[in-house]
Amino acid sequence: MTQIDPLLSMEHISKSFPGVVALTDAYMHINPGEVHALVGQNGAGKSTLIKVLTGASRRDGGTIVFDGRPVDFQSPQQAQNNGISTIYQEINLIPFRSVAENVFMGREPRRFGLLDWGRMHRETDTILHSLSIAIDVTQPLLNYNIAIQQMVAIARAVSFKSKLVVMDEPTSSLNEHEVATLFAIIRRLKDEGVAVIFVGHRLDELYAICDRVTIMRDGRTVGVYPMQAITKVELVAKMLGKELGEVRRSQTGFDASQHHAEQTVLIEASGLRQGRKLQGASVDVHAGEIVGLAGLLGSGRSEVARALFGADPIEAGQVSMDGHPVHFRSPADAIQAGIGLCPEDRKAEGIIPYLSVRENLTLAALPVLSRNGIVSREKQLQVVDQFIQRLGIKTAGPEQKIRELSGGNQQKVLLARWLCLNPKLLILDEPTRGIDVGSKVEIQSLINELAEQGLGVLMISSELEELTEGSDRVVVLRDGQTVATLDREHISQNAIMAAMAQSDQDSSALGEDEPADSASDKRSAPIAQTVNDEVEHGED
Amino acid sequence: MAKTDPTTIPATPEPERRPLAAGGLRDIGQTYGGLATLILLTLFNIIFTPHFLSLQTLNTNLVQVAPTAIVAAGMTLVIATGGIDLSVGSLMAIAGALAPLIFLGKVLPLGENSVLGNILGVIIAIAVTGLLGLFNGTLITVFRIQPIIATLVLFIAGRGIAQVLTNGNLQNFSNPGFLFLGQGRVLGIPFQVILMVVVVIIVAVIVRTTTFGRYLLATGGNEVAARLSGIPVNTVKRSVYIVSGMLAGVAGLIIIAINSSSDANQVGLNGELDAIAAVAVGGTPLTGGQANVVGTLVGALIIQLIRTTLIANNVSPDIAQVINAAIILLAVYVQRQRKAS
Repeated sequence: MTQIDPLLSMEHISKSFPGVVALTDAYMHINPGEVHALVGQNGAGKSTLIKVLTGASRRDGGTIVFDGRPVDFQSPQQAQNNGISTIYQEINLIPFRSVAENVFMGREPRRFGLLDWGRMHRETDTILHSLSIAIDVTQPLLNYNIAIQQMVAIARAVSFKSKLVVMDEPTSSLNEHEVATLFAIIRRLKDEGVAVIFVGHRLDELYAICDRVTIMRDGRTVGVYPMQAITKVELVAKMLGKELGEVRRSQTGFDASQHHAEQTVLIEASGLRQGRKLQGASVDVHAGEIVGLAGLLGSGRSEVARALFGADPIEAGQVSMDGHPVHFRSPADAIQAGIGLCPEDRKAEGIIPYLSVRENLTLAALPVLSRNGIVSREKQLQVVDQFIQRLGIKTAGPEQKIRELSGGNQQKVLLARWLCLNPKLLILDEPTRGIDVGSKVEIQSLINELAEQGLGVLMISSELEELTEGSDRVVVLRDGQTVATLDREHISQNAIMAAMAQSDQDSSALGEDEPADSASDKRSAPIAQTVNDEVEHGED
Repeated sequence: MAKTDPTTIPATPEPERRPLAAGGLRDIGQTYGGLATLILLTLFNIIFTPHFLSLQTLNTNLVQVAPTAIVAAGMTLVIATGGIDLSVGSLMAIAGALAPLIFLGKVLPLGENSVLGNILGVIIAIAVTGLLGLFNGTLITVFRIQPIIATLVLFIAGRGIAQVLTNGNLQNFSNPGFLFLGQGRVLGIPFQVILMVVVVIIVAVIVRTTTFGRYLLATGGNEVAARLSGIPVNTVKRSVYIVSGMLAGVAGLIIIAINSSSDANQVGLNGELDAIAAVAVGGTPLTGGQANVVGTLVGALIIQLIRTTLIANNVSPDIAQVINAAIILLAVYVQRQRKAS
């Protein structure tokens, strides 16, 4: 290959934390104007490598040459002033301040010692305009959705005239349209000669936007490839450190052909209404069945899950379990009835960070594991040991604090929190989001296995593969309404996408006037057909 | 303790995985950081304070610390749920005002200092402060008012209520049955010291072994997650404010029994601050989700001992306050360092 001088070369980078070696001999080379993927399982060293680059962490050894000079940044600020901007997964802007203030935070234009608001607003407008974002820059950031906030973070990076922008899982909270907008912006940056390091999990996205990929495993760089020169399966195999044959053909751990949905309806909800969020959503799950719940962000997916679980009150609608009408006033009621919910945001709504794996795992089962209000530690440990083994939870032991576990293992603990109660229905809201590829497949296989054993599963997912490979049926929501139910033979990525984007014309087919008792019979092929007819391929 | 200079440690973020059992070590560090401070203080006193090593000194200190430690035990539970209870000092005054009204026969026709009067006085005083705790808990759980504001209501109004109850008069009494609370001894040990130890043990056992204890820590650790796990978070929160109120009532009664008089202006004055300081020095973080009840007792002892030390060494009260604050700051800082290491 002809070699242009790389914009960035990191060589022999090593870094250890007390008790843990995070990086040993990692390297990365970035050319000007390229979009470079950085991939690896959780704990592979991606984040540490990025932190070492941006000065958030000090390296123990190795060299970094940026823009022709050896550098050793002391802080992210210093890196930023030298042309490296970082956009973190959790956007670290200030929600209560205006868009313009956020873009210019720390280097506000001044005039006679006072803030020059006019100039700040004008320049922010110009930058955002160049990124095709039309918003009012004087509004507080929190008035805009997470995607716009992400764009503002990028605008801030651009305004620094950065030569290299590091994006740490920038798409994890974006829907597909927003991802498309982000990619357009990345392409524009690229055209201007700015290089981008793109840290991500979603393979499709990496292949769509990146030129090359650096793969890390166990603190080392294990390969650098042009994106076209490596297949997805090879890439996954490299990340996992496995031989090709070991990786499943399918990208998920699901195998829907193994499920045997029973005739009896386990739970049935119809006409759920809740303000503007739910406007007549319906869904039903049979025992032994995985029902995928699809929809864009804001379509009411999580709201349906929370309503079924009694976490939020509903204004109208019926829910029945095993044929009897039920009304859950709190999650405790739903748990009593045999339902479990793994929420979308593991950190904010799932784990109790300072409690141990044991305490977290048995949290919902305490009434069962105690007598006269005294918890039996022995029984707790029995349950915990059993599930650590059964789910392959990687932990130093039951007393390790859950926050010290990787995302995948935290999710397994949360699954075990419900499984130890032997539930009838599990509601999983994005069960594999932000989880490394290896644990992801494990969790998917586990869900699959549970369904085989007769558990009903309602699975919300933004990943189409997960829905198509895992679901026996897919219910599609849009604007708080159920707009389609796809049977096994009609499930396809195109059908789901088409239903999510469907226009208003035929929503009457499954409208709110439908009698509740016929709902289960009508989960229906005809709608799937109309959906299939409308499939469009409209990228960019 | 000063084996590494904190300024030389680069500000690296936390490693992704911690070595085995780091959590356990940290818990021990929190308790022993406080204990170490306590031992140092004791050694200092043995060397510099005349007549320190005597049963008399020990008794005086334990007797004085008991009310604070009892209130602080309840405060630990409140803080573990992520809340705070500013009303305890005023609730102490209310209990202190109510009990004499009853056993002196001023509200009920029971005659003066009857056994029934004593029993009713104690029960009613504690029940009322428990109900006022429920009031706090209701403001917080039903009306969604932040704990610091919700309990500020009774912090301000409570002492006023106590003064209205007594018309602002000092109530003096010599009632052997009641005075036992503050002046009695069992096997030579002051009664309130035994009470303090029992309260601390019960609260510690509740935190460690009961369902309620798990609920408490889960609620403080992540309220949303706790609710989604079926934990009755509102009941848990109301309960801790009730317990905190009742323990404040107990402490108020002990104080008036020590003094043989009740002054609504004085009983429990700054009691909330002493209790919060004891919890903080004891190693329970104010962010919730963790509770170190034994640590709180150690914290209360540290603060008490600092006070004794300063008085015994003739430090003027104004300066004593400042030194007291500085040492509290130091004790909390030492524990933060241990947490981070």
